[in-house]
Order: sequence, then structure tokens, then C-alpha cells
Amino acid sequence: MTSTVSANGLLAGDLPVLTRKDFVSDQEVRWCPGCGDYSILAQMQKMLPELHVAKENIVFISGIGCSSRFPYYVETYGFHSIHGRALTIASGLKTARPELKVFVVTGDGDGLSIGGNHLLHAMRRNIDLTVVLFNNRIYGLTKGQFSPTSEFGKVTKSSPYGTTEQPLNPIRIALAAGATFVARSVDRDTKHLEETLFKAAQHKGISFVEVYQNCNIFNDGAYAAFAEKDVRQERMLFLEDGKPMRFGNNREHGIRLNGFTPEVVHDAESDDGLIVHDATMANPLLANILVGMDYPNYPVPIGVFRSVEAPTYDELVQKQVDAAKAKEKPDFDALLRSGETWEVS
Amino acid sequence: MVSNGLMTTEMHSPPEHVVEELDRVTIRFAGDSGDGMQLTGTQFTRTTAVFGNDIATLPDYPAEIRAPTGSLPGVSGFQLSFSSSDIRTPGDQPDVLVAMNPAALKTNLGDLVPGGLLIVDEDEFNPANLKKAAYTSNPLEDGSLRGFQVVAIHITRQNELALEGLPLNAAGKFKSRNFYALGLILWLYGRPLDTTVKWAEERFGRSPETLDANLRALYAGHAFGETTEVFHTRYEVAPATVRPGTYRHISGNEATALGFVAASILSGLPLFYGSYPITPASDVLHELSKLKSFGVKTFQAEDEIAAIGAAIGAAYGGHLALTGTSGPGLALKSEALNLAVMTELPLVVIDVQRAGPSTGMPTKTEQSDLLQAMFGRNGDSAVAIVAPCTPADCFMMAIEAFRLALKYMVPVVFLSDGYLGNGSEPWRIPSLSDIPKLDWEYAKPVEGWQPYLRNPETGARTWAVPGQKGLEHRIGGLEKSGQNGDISYDPRNHHEMTLARMGKVANMTRDIPPLEVSGPSEGELLVLGWGGTYGAISSAVEAARSQGKSVASAHLRYLNPFPANIESVLRSYKKVLIPELNTGQLSLLIRGMFLVDAVPFNKISGQPFKIREIQGKIDEVLGLRGPYVLDFPQGSALSGG
Ligand code: SF4
Repeated sequence: MTSTVSANGLLAGDLPVLTRKDFVSDQEVRWCPGCGDYSILAQMQKMLPELHVAKENIVFISGIGCSSRFPYYVETYGFHSIHGRALTIASGLKTARPELKVFVVTGDGDGLSIGGNHLLHAMRRNIDLTVVLFNNRIYGLTKGQFSPTSEFGKVTKSSPYGTTEQPLNPIRIALAAGATFVARSVDRDTKHLEETLFKAAQHKGISFVEVYQNCNIFNDGAYAAFAEKDVRQERMLFLEDGKPMRFGNNREHGIRLNGFTPEVVHDAESDDGLIVHDATMANPLLANILVGMDYPNYPVPIGVFRSVEAPTYDELVQKQVDAAKAKEKPDFDALLRSGETWEVS
Repeated sequence: MVSNGLMTTEMHSPPEHVVEELDRVTIRFAGDSGDGMQLTGTQFTRTTAVFGNDIATLPDYPAEIRAPTGSLPGVSGFQLSFSSSDIRTPGDQPDVLVAMNPAALKTNLGDLVPGGLLIVDEDEFNPANLKKAAYTSNPLEDGSLRGFQVVAIHITRQNELALEGLPLNAAGKFKSRNFYALGLILWLYGRPLDTTVKWAEERFGRSPETLDANLRALYAGHAFGETTEVFHTRYEVAPATVRPGTYRHISGNEATALGFVAASILSGLPLFYGSYPITPASDVLHELSKLKSFGVKTFQAEDEIAAIGAAIGAAYGGHLALTGTSGPGLALKSEALNLAVMTELPLVVIDVQRAGPSTGMPTKTEQSDLLQAMFGRNGDSAVAIVAPCTPADCFMMAIEAFRLALKYMVPVVFLSDGYLGNGSEPWRIPSLSDIPKLDWEYAKPVEGWQPYLRNPETGARTWAVPGQKGLEHRIGGLEKSGQNGDISYDPRNHHEMTLARMGKVANMTRDIPPLEVSGPSEGELLVLGWGGTYGAISSAVEAARSQGKSVASAHLRYLNPFPANIESVLRSYKKVLIPELNTGQLSLLIRGMFLVDAVPFNKISGQPFKIREIQGKIDEVLGLRGPYVLDFPQGSALSGG
């Protein structure tokens, strides 16, 4: 038995050492066999014991979609809500109960389409939530319509002639809304995914993780061109804080800046001139440059784009309440009598 | 018509004024929305309340905050009625109209009683303002006001003279005109100035010039009444005899906010208020956001849906969860409200109703959200509905809303309206120690616990909140098994769970007070109302009874479920009349549920009922007159009732 204060400041008194199994619920998992969601669930369950937060203080909240079944499978408190609104419920819960560790599980339709507004506002408030957005670039649960992240021209059930609209980039949205922790990972790279989820969960303030998730039924191979094991090193750029940006099977290529435009330096012998990643810069300029890099013109950046400290909404609200209580002893009878009163005898 | 011209500053001894005793007076202040009429009305109300009169108020303001100055849509009004006896409405028609410009005269004159006192600022009746008010000739000169006692005063110039020497430009001085008018009216009814002086010192303490200007204007207006012969008579309205106690003046929205804080204290649960600004409910957000020292957390959400979502999150977290809005906002909240029904969480939703549909008339009152509250969700989904019947009643009904929500684990809709929310009355301040505590409990980790374990008496499921060890569970909008809380598509389970959810609301019937009848317990006619129409209905029915008619009244404050005795009450009268500020929503429920052939009486003008309108309809139903038809006089900006 150990007593630990986690990064989130939760005091977990006499916390038994938990393992992955402790976070597996008795519910049968009902995603399609081969779905990327399984990997995300597994990495989450592996990561959770590392937080040293008691199970009863952890809550998973989701909206609607394949991803939103997630809470049923994690043995913590869970709330499977309505389409797009998970963040609103999570915001209320966290504001009322700042001591809880609250996760939000959402998808590209749930989080960026019907619930897009809430994502922006939770981010600008910097409310202490960990948001994991499963981006499969399709509507899976409703059986295959295009989503707000589907690529232009995509042929789906609801776009037999191809879509006529441009996709959103979730990372760009998060940066624009002022999220204090912004990261990307991919279902196929389990180690990277687990690490990224851990970093996100440790962050104080809003943490946003976009996970490239394969829907093998309605959008199979959406990320295969760069995320499969054999091509990953060549086609993805693993962001590492304080390190020059390098990629390739032998990390032989680099990225440098030409003005505001990133350039690939093939077979860069020296690190001189290569961008050194720094997610902690107050100004999100670098992150905003990186977010524009995409396959096949560039390797796809993956990892932590931004990680900065700022006061959280829930903590500021609590402080106001505590300060008000300290300043004036609450006296309801006096409150009722505030202003003009008169006696009738 | 009395026009005194511009008063000279020459001193003369004050004239003798005849003092006349009145039982009740209704005054309306009307001016441009920049003229400070709400402030004038509020200050007169406070003074009069402290003086000991019974009083009821009805503010009426334009929806456009900055409608063009002097224009008809820019007119703002405040009506109040005060009396030496019990009154329940701000009056059918003003006896006195103070019109600060031609537009205010035009939009309000239609309501003034024939022969009523009309006080106008003569200086504002210039060609430009007359044109803006669409007058082709000056009503002060063309004889069109002959049926009224007109007192035309150079308020603007008098006020400027009083403020001479102050470092203010003409526009700055103009702003104090309302204090001049207030001083004059306070004099006319023999009211002291000290309440207003004290208030102004607090309000403008940080801006000595403004304070000085306003007080000078106030005294000048008062002195003008005292020293001139413009008014031959001044009036007295003796204090009312009311129950002993400490009183204050309170609006419905203030009482609502205070009632919910009281519920927090009585339950020991911190209050969480999620809301998005909307007229006329925003005052509740303003009030609650000040009360952090009582542990209240307010969340101004990005939209109506986020506001209720956040409240649901707080309810799930074991707090006292509240959200508030008006009709269009309730429409936006309906899907989330259904989530609270499905997850069986305690939640209260305030709806300060306004005239709809759609954006409708945001600043005007209506009772047209009853059916929305009752049925406006997918599936078979019951919520409890309570409706306060006077501004002060909002306090007790707020506590009542949470009593039911916590005990039955059901969302409760609190149906206030713009008339109640903005209207005000004197309130005998209650003591919290006289109000029963609110009972609730979190789930106990017993053997075999599951989320849908129900209390056999109430049907409520247990409330297990995050942080409780050993009760980790999952809830959500998908149907759950009543046996173990897992997702379930089992036919029998859905049938039973739907009935269990609906049944909780039905069970409240045993727990709410019976419908009280005022008047004979059986007879010719029952007038049944709900919510904010209480004052007008009960006054009209009492008046009818005093004329020897066999009429009773009953007023519903619980609309879902209805009180247990409602059917027997309905069946005790030959006829039932249901006046409502909608097209017949309660009538539909009463007819549908009890097969009682109730007569609807509907007004959908954005204005409350007048007492005489209900009297007219009563007479029609009793066969004492032909059909009663509502009329909407020209130049009727608002109608008290
Ligand atoms: S439809 Fe696609 S996203 Fe949904 S569970 Fe199946 S594979 Fe996964």
C-alpha cells in the first residue's frame, strides 16, 4: 500500500497498487474485430495505473459514436451521454468536483461536428480535462457517411459523387482555441500511444490528443500510407522535445525552416539548421507550422505539439469561491435582509 | 388642461393643498429607454413599500436596448399599484401617467383611465419629437387630451435650472430629469425623500457630481409640487394592514435566485448554476454569480445545451444542479433534459417564459411553454413541473423544486414567466429555520448494489457519485437493465423502465399539497389558473363573489403531477373556466386527462390579464352577459392586470 500524490494533485491515500486488469470492466467489448479502438482502450487501461489515482476518482465521459462506447469498458465511473455533449457534462462535473480526474472520449463527428462548439470553449477555458479524439475520418456507427475530417472528394454512402467540402484539422483547431496541451498519436503505434496518453493525463489544464484510428469497416487504411509499421519511420515525424527534428529509418532526414515554410533536408549530415522541437514555447507559432505538414509532401508530425502551463478554469472558479467564503462569512438571513427592509408590528 | 409656463425663481409662500385619501393608486412612468424610467419606478416602489403600502409592479421595457431616442419602439415603462389593502396585481389601468416625451404619451395614453392624471414634460413636445412619435399636431395643444387632467410641466428646463452651476453639459443635466419627476411624484403622494436619498448616496457615492445633480433634481421636483399651484390636491394612501414581521421588496427573479440558494443551505449541497444569457432569465444568473460566499458556482456556458450539460455533470457529481433559461432555450435543452430523465439525475430547469414562438417578444410575458415542458422531448419522458404564482412565491417553489428532484431523482421544470420574474411585491422575510431541511442521500455500497436499485416508496434510483469507492458504474442515454445497469434492449425491461421513470413523477402526487379552493367548495363556476395569473384571477373571483356570484377559484402550482384532489375539485362545479396567457394549454391537459369540458379563456398579447377581463369572462360563462371579447386599445404599451 502506498500513498501517492499524482501529477494532478489528487491525493490517493493508501492506494493499492493497481494494474491494467483493475481497469477492465465486465462488459463485453463490442467494436468490430480489427477496429483501432481496441488498441486505444488497451493503451488507456495500461496507462491508467501509472497515474496513481484511485479508480473511484476517475471518470470517463463520452458522447455518441463508436468511440463513445469506451466508458462501458473501463472499470471507473463512466457516463455515455448524448451526441456532441460529453465536454459540457465533463466541464460541469470538473467545475463542481475539481478533485476528480476526468477523461472525455470523442470522435471526429462527435467532437468536431455536432459538438464542435463545446470543444472550442472547453479549450479556451483551459478546464482540466483530458480529451481523446478518435479520428477515423468517417461516421462509423451510422454506417459510413463522410465526417468533418474526411478528405476532399471522398466517396462515401452520403457522397457517392465525392464530397465537396474541405476537412478540418483537429490539431489546428486545438491550437487556435488555445489548448494548453495538444498532441497526436496513432492506434498502430501502441508504445507511442500509451506514452502520449500518459503525458496528456499528467497535464494540468485541457489536454487534447488526436488519435489516428483505423475504421477497418468503413474507412480501412485511412492512415496506412504512413502509419503502418514498415513505413512509419520514413513517413512520420516523431516530435521529441529539445531534439532536432529527424525522421527516416536511420533518422537520416531532417526538417528545417525556410522562412515560415518547413523543408525536408534529405540525408542531413549535421543537426545544424534543423528545427529543434520545443512544445513549451508560449507562442504556438512552431506548432502552427508543424500542423500544416502532411503526407505525402512531408512526414506526418506525431507527438506533443504544445504543452504549456496556465491556470485552469476549475481551479480559478474554486479560488473565487474560497476567497469569497474567507472574506465574508455566509449569512443567509443577512442576505435576505440586504437592502431596504421595514418592520410591521 | 393646466399649463403653468416656466416657473420663475421668485419666492412665494407655499399654497395650501387639499389632501385626499385614496385606497389604491396605479401609476405608470413612461419615457424613452434612456430616460431612466425603470429607476424612477423602482425608487418610488421602494419608498412606498417602506411606507407600508401593499404594492405590485410591472416593468415593461423595449427589446432593443438602443432603439432610436424618442422613437415609439424606444419607450420604456414601469407600472406600479399601491394600496392600503391587499393587492395582487399592478393594476388594470393607470390612474396617473407620467410621460416624459411624445412617444411615451402615444404608446401609453390608451391605458390611462378616463379623467386620469397625465403629467408630461412639455419641453419634449417639440416638432422633432412629435414627428418621431408620428403626431401630426401637438396633443398638448390640439384638444385631443381633453378627457384627462393634463399637467404639462417644463421638466427639462426646470431641471436644468436646478442644476445650474454644476460642471455638467446639457446632455449630462438631461439625465437627471427622471429624479425631478420622481421628486414631484413622491411629493404628490406625501412620500418622504430619505429612501431615495440614501439609495442615491450608495449608488452614486463614487461620482459626487452625478450624486449632486440627481439629488438637486429630486429636491427641485419635490419643491415644485410643494410651492406651486399646479396641483390643487395631494393624495394619501394609508399603509396596509399586513402580518407582522420584517418585510422587503422582491422581484420574482431575485426570489428565484434566493430560493435556490436556500435549497442549497437546506440540503447542505453546493449549488451549481449553468446558464446562457437570455431575456428574461439573465437576472437569475446575475444574482447567483454574486453569491460565491455561499459556495455557489456559476458557469456561463457557450450555449443553452452546454449550460444544461454542465448542470447534468454537476448533478452526476452529487451537487445541487440548476440550469435556467427562457422558452427558446428550453427547446435547445430538450435533448439533454431527456438525458437527465434517462439517467435519473436530480436537476432543476428554470424557464422564465416569454412570448413565443421562436424569438417572439423577448421582453413580454406569456405562459406558452407548459406543453413544451410537459411533452417537448422524444420518447415517453416525464419531468415534474412546478409553477410559482407570485414574485415572492418563486422563493418557496424553488425549494420545492429541489425537494422533489432530490427525493425522486427526476428533473423538475420551474415555470416562471416574465411577468413574475420582473414584477415585484413586498415580501415578509422568512426564516430558514422554519423551512424543513431537504432530504437526500448518496448510494450506500451494499451487497448487490446496482445503479437502478429503487426506493420502494418513491421509485427513485440510488445516487452514486464519482469518488464513492466500490460504486464505480456506467450510466448513459441508452436504455439500461433495471436488474444490473448494463445496456439492455430487452423488450420487457424497456417497458418496465419506461413505466418506472414515469411512475416516479406520478408518485409525487402523494407528496404535494392538495389543490386549495378559495370560495364555495361547490357551485356554479370554478376559475382554474396556474402560475403568474394568480393575482388577476383571484382578484377577479373575489370581486365577483362580493357581487353575490357563486364563483370559486383554484390555482395550480404543481402541473406535473397535478394535486391528488384535482379531479374532485373540478367535478364540484357546473362549469370550469381556465384563463391562460396562451392558446389553451392547461385547458387541453384538463380536458384530455379528466374529460371535463372546461371553457378556455386565452390572451396572447404579451401582456398579463387585467382583472376586469377575467370578470367579463366570468359574467359571460355565468350567462350574465353576451360574449366577452378582449380589446386591445390603441396606444396601449402594457397592461397591468
Ligand atoms: S464501424 Fe469502424 S470505428 Fe466503428 S467499431 Fe467498426 S471498425 Fe471501429
